[in-house]
Amino acid sequence: MTLVDLAATPLRELNAALHALPQDTNDTRWTIRNPRGQHAVAVGIDAPIAVEIEGHVGYYCAGMNQQASVTIHGNAGVGLAENMMSGEVHVTGDASQSAGATAHGGTLVIGGNASARCGISLKGADIIVKGSVGHMSAFMAQAGNLVVLGDAGEALGDSLYEACLYVRGKVASLGADCVEKEMTEEHKAKLATLLAKGGVNGGVDVGDFRRYGSARELYHFKIDNVGAY
Amino acid sequence: MDKPSPTRIPQTTPRKSATFDDYSLSEIRRAAATGIYDIRGAGAKRKVPHFDDLLFLGASVSRYPLEGYREKCATNVTLGTRFAKKPIELKIPITIAGMSFGSLSAQAKEALGRGASIMGTSTTTGDGGMTPEERGHSDILVYQLLPSRYGMNPVDLRKADAIEVVVGQGAKPGGGGMLLGQKISARVAEMRTLPEGIDQRSACRHPDWTGPDDLEIKIQELRELTDWEKPVYIKVGASRPYYDTALAVKAGADVVVLDGMQGGTAASQEVFIEHVGIPILAAIRPAVQALQDLGMHRKVQLVVSGGIRNGADVAKALAMGADAVSIGSAALHALGDNDPALEAEYEKLGTVAGAYDDWHEGLDPAGITTQDPKLAARLDPVAAGRRLANYLAVLTLEAQTIARACGKSHVLNLEPEDLVALTVEAAAMAQVPLAGTSWIPGKNGF
Repeated sequence: MTLVDLAATPLRELNAALHALPQDTNDTRWTIRNPRGQHAVAVGIDAPIAVEIEGHVGYYCAGMNQQASVTIHGNAGVGLAENMMSGEVHVTGDASQSAGATAHGGTLVIGGNASARCGISLKGADIIVKGSVGHMSAFMAQAGNLVVLGDAGEALGDSLYEACLYVRGKVASLGADCVEKEMTEEHKAKLATLLAKGGVNGGVDVGDFRRYGSARELYHFKIDNVGAY
Repeated sequence: MDKPSPTRIPQTTPRKSATFDDYSLSEIRRAAATGIYDIRGAGAKRKVPHFDDLLFLGASVSRYPLEGYREKCATNVTLGTRFAKKPIELKIPITIAGMSFGSLSAQAKEALGRGASIMGTSTTTGDGGMTPEERGHSDILVYQLLPSRYGMNPVDLRKADAIEVVVGQGAKPGGGGMLLGQKISARVAEMRTLPEGIDQRSACRHPDWTGPDDLEIKIQELRELTDWEKPVYIKVGASRPYYDTALAVKAGADVVVLDGMQGGTAASQEVFIEHVGIPILAAIRPAVQALQDLGMHRKVQLVVSGGIRNGADVAKALAMGADAVSIGSAALHALGDNDPALEAEYEKLGTVAGAYDDWHEGLDPAGITTQDPKLAARLDPVAAGRRLANYLAVLTLEAQTIARACGKSHVLNLEPEDLVALTVEAAAMAQVPLAGTSWIPGKNGF
């Protein structure tokens, strides 16, 4: 196990070391101490390693992650795991705005709540939020899944494309072109898989969730929809 | 007494309104028929103060010229000297602006790369990600980070030679985009993670930062992602150039790209293109002033665009303090866009060569702004790339010619003192004297 203390090691050195790892590295377990809210911690990893971050992180932690499993024992700032391509990112506490923004692949698990715009422009990743999400979550989300065990704020799924949204609690309001859809057995099975990926095993009934998706009315510009623009 | 014959009463000639001119009337009829605002490509078409309103003074008794064709006048420019470990070295101060695969055909992107590479300059990706064709054919490639993040991935980010964070563009500062379904082919759809054939919207705000303080942190992330190797540009549409430039510097930019309202777009509302933003002539001096006030002129490089057509425009932009210019529309014309040889086909589209701007419809007979395989195949990327290289060479030679006449051994040595303005407006905007006077509007209390 490699231990990096960010109280003593410059962030640039840490990230450069992570980027230098070969695909077949034996150095697969990393612990990062004293992140102290620094930004861009463990960004751009592209190796099958596990990284444990002990403490709170600032903006863009694990941004553009590939392959790695990154766990933050604390809270995360804006843009957690933004544009992630693959791998897993798990924050045990809360996440600020734009968690999982534009993420193409992989799994993001948020143990607490996520602020506004969670999953904005999502492009294929799975996001599981054990608490609630703020307003404009999944705005223009294109592909992937957002699972919320708590409530969702205003304008959920505004201008949604093909991403699937599952919410167990209350939805303050749906955004333009986002509608509730039937929760079929197929969707329940898919949701169960997503919950398992998020470490939610038992105690949660998939039947308590409602599914939301795109009405696809804004896919082509129509003057009769002008009120939605 | 006989009444005078009506035919003998003098008649006034029919008089059209200067306000309700033919174009305005046709737009009213079009709007009434469709209920939809007009969307088109290209930049502002209205006449605005431009580089034509400036003149170089040239050498005289008090200034000594360099010998044309004999004495060296260098044109190389280095971009990204502030923070990047690997700044970009350009042989000419003219780059190719960001244009996406999607808005342009793969052949057009390849041709841009070929032409720019022959001349030792850079091309830029666009909203839709990086294609292997453009990476393969561009020796120096700038990768845009746009609000949509279509196709954005760390692999391509590391393949790029520089990163351009796009805050806005001159044709539509503050606006997002719309690529109509006709151009969302299977390949374009896959690159953008969208269903094929739908109208694709591009957001106007970035999804994970708001304001200059966040932008600074975003740029830090990009630098950490790429181990501080690559220059980071910030591109803004010209609207508040002094403050935007100052804030871009504060946010950590290596290069500021400033795009005037004449800069083209693949598809935007006509009302946006013609009525939002300011001409590049009005934007350069405030941007340079911001850099000078911060002690960063020539340390953070300034690239300007929007209506560059010839070497005189290049030289004037540099003389006003820019480090390089960028061309988009002019490069497409060099490839073959709006060629009069295709007049019959433009007529079928209800337009004429030189006016064709429905780039969003994907029917471009020149094979440039299209995703139709048959139309795109009309553009030979090798020949079109050669035309672009020729054009870039002419721009460079023209800029050198002017610089030598002003006694400069490098085009970047051109300065405002070499310029005068033909109009009061241009004098005020460019902050150079009205020709034949020492009067700069707004200076010295006047």
